Amino acid sequence: MTPLLQARGLTHRFGRVPALDDVSLLLRRHEILAIVGESGSGKTTLLNVLSGRLAPQSGDVLFHDGSAALSLAARGEIAVRKLQRARWGYVAQDPRAALRLDITAGGNIGERLMASGARNYAEIRATASRWLEAVEIDPQRLDDLPRTFSGGMLQRLQIAATLVTDPELVFMDEPTGGLDVSVQARILDLIRSLVRRLGLAVLLVTHDIGVARLLADRLIVMRHGRIVEHGLTDQVLDDPHHEYTQLLVASVLPA
Amino acid sequence: MQGYNFAYLDEQTKRMIRRAILKAVAIPGHQVPFAGREMPLPYGWGTGGIQVTAAIIGATDVLKVIDQGADDTTNAVSIRQFFARTAGVQTTTHTAEASLIQTRHRIPERPLREDQIIVYQVPMPEPLYRLEPSRASARRMHAMADYGPMQVKLYEDITRFGRVAVSYDHPVMVNRRYLMSPSPIPAFDNPKLHLMPALQLFGAGREKRIYAVPPYTAVVSLDFEDRPFDPVRAPALCALCGADDTYLDEIVIDDRGGRMFACSDTDHCAANRADLP
Repeated sequence: MTPLLQARGLTHRFGRVPALDDVSLLLRRHEILAIVGESGSGKTTLLNVLSGRLAPQSGDVLFHDGSAALSLAARGEIAVRKLQRARWGYVAQDPRAALRLDITAGGNIGERLMASGARNYAEIRATASRWLEAVEIDPQRLDDLPRTFSGGMLQRLQIAATLVTDPELVFMDEPTGGLDVSVQARILDLIRSLVRRLGLAVLLVTHDIGVARLLADRLIVMRHGRIVEHGLTDQVLDDPHHEYTQLLVASVLPA
Repeated sequence: MQGYNFAYLDEQTKRMIRRAILKAVAIPGHQVPFAGREMPLPYGWGTGGIQVTAAIIGATDVLKVIDQGADDTTNAVSIRQFFARTAGVQTTTHTAEASLIQTRHRIPERPLREDQIIVYQVPMPEPLYRLEPSRASARRMHAMADYGPMQVKLYEDITRFGRVAVSYDHPVMVNRRYLMSPSPIPAFDNPKLHLMPALQLFGAGREKRIYAVPPYTAVVSLDFEDRPFDPVRAPALCALCGADDTYLDEIVIDDRGGRMFACSDTDHCAANRADLP
């Protein structure tokens, strides 16, 4: 499997708090890697650094784009923004913060297309409408404002708006956080089928062991900004070695 | 006039403004900050335009000032008188005779020439301000040519209203690089910006920004391939000169719903009428 994203010796401190402490990892193409850990363990900082939203104080992030493996710092801000606009996606925990609520569903889905240069109104609408269907929203609602959507629909809309440019790498920050259990299950199901069908690589941040078990191929366990354990998901969860992972797995309520 | 420097502003200030103008001309469509001065008229009345005019006017210039196409409205009359008194320059209402034209909300109907300069009064220089509340982010978007959100705004207009709903200040791409606000000129005037032989300078007094479009620069109004830019013109003839190709003002003429359409460019309309037999 070819490597896609690689982090080497990432270190970042917020004042005296080490959010990332010498973190290295490798994400391969078409692979789902989950980052789990309690809140404050540095998961979201790691995701922000990997997605180019935050420059680390030391260490670098390499993106293999098929021809070369260059670090984000060497690529420069314009190139990274270009990646973020099309080849990468970012699904935030709160769709209300990520979407434009005063813009119709079609406009929200079309934004990334238009940012990448699409200038044909009819084609943008047709694509947006196809994507609404793909995330199980009635295409009739293409011209409705997101504020008339339910929480689960908003999250599905955000997923559609992210995947519309056919990215190869998607960052997800607690994509099912803040949703009730039945909606969570539906979103997870949707993510799983889309990710497999489109062959995406996903970096998934979650504190929910169940989500990680359902979606991820591999797992990284973080604590105090360090990776304490990593490996295949089932392997780590069924036979945790580090005491913190053991605690994490044991603290899951039996269904 | 005693007690004032030529054209009101002191020479140091004019040099500062000219430096901003040179930079603006070098980077078409890019907003250059400048240390805007207090002028003896309120913000919103043309403080930016008047400072640009003061910085570039010479003793031999002939000045024309337009407000909404007219030469005889308060704003136009007072700015014209201001420069007649502080710079002693000759003024005119005829577009063809002017070497320097300061304008609010219109471009003259008569095509401008290479030896003319047009100065626009701009209330809001930032075309992204309704989409991006943070000015710092908006500047980054300009730096990265990240103009997708502006296109989203046009998409929304077409989706909701069937057409692009902005009838003035329709955003343009200058030299295929910078998104620019053309100042609140009607969309009807946007095509005149494209490859204009005259130098176009834009001054925003409150926001303290200057930008420019050098002669013969490509200026393209934003649109979609299948929904081309299509400015509105009132479907009527000018009631005074009969023109069918000019931008018209709708004027209410009595209290029983009576109205007429007349050319907004008063000088052009008068010239048309003089030509009539």
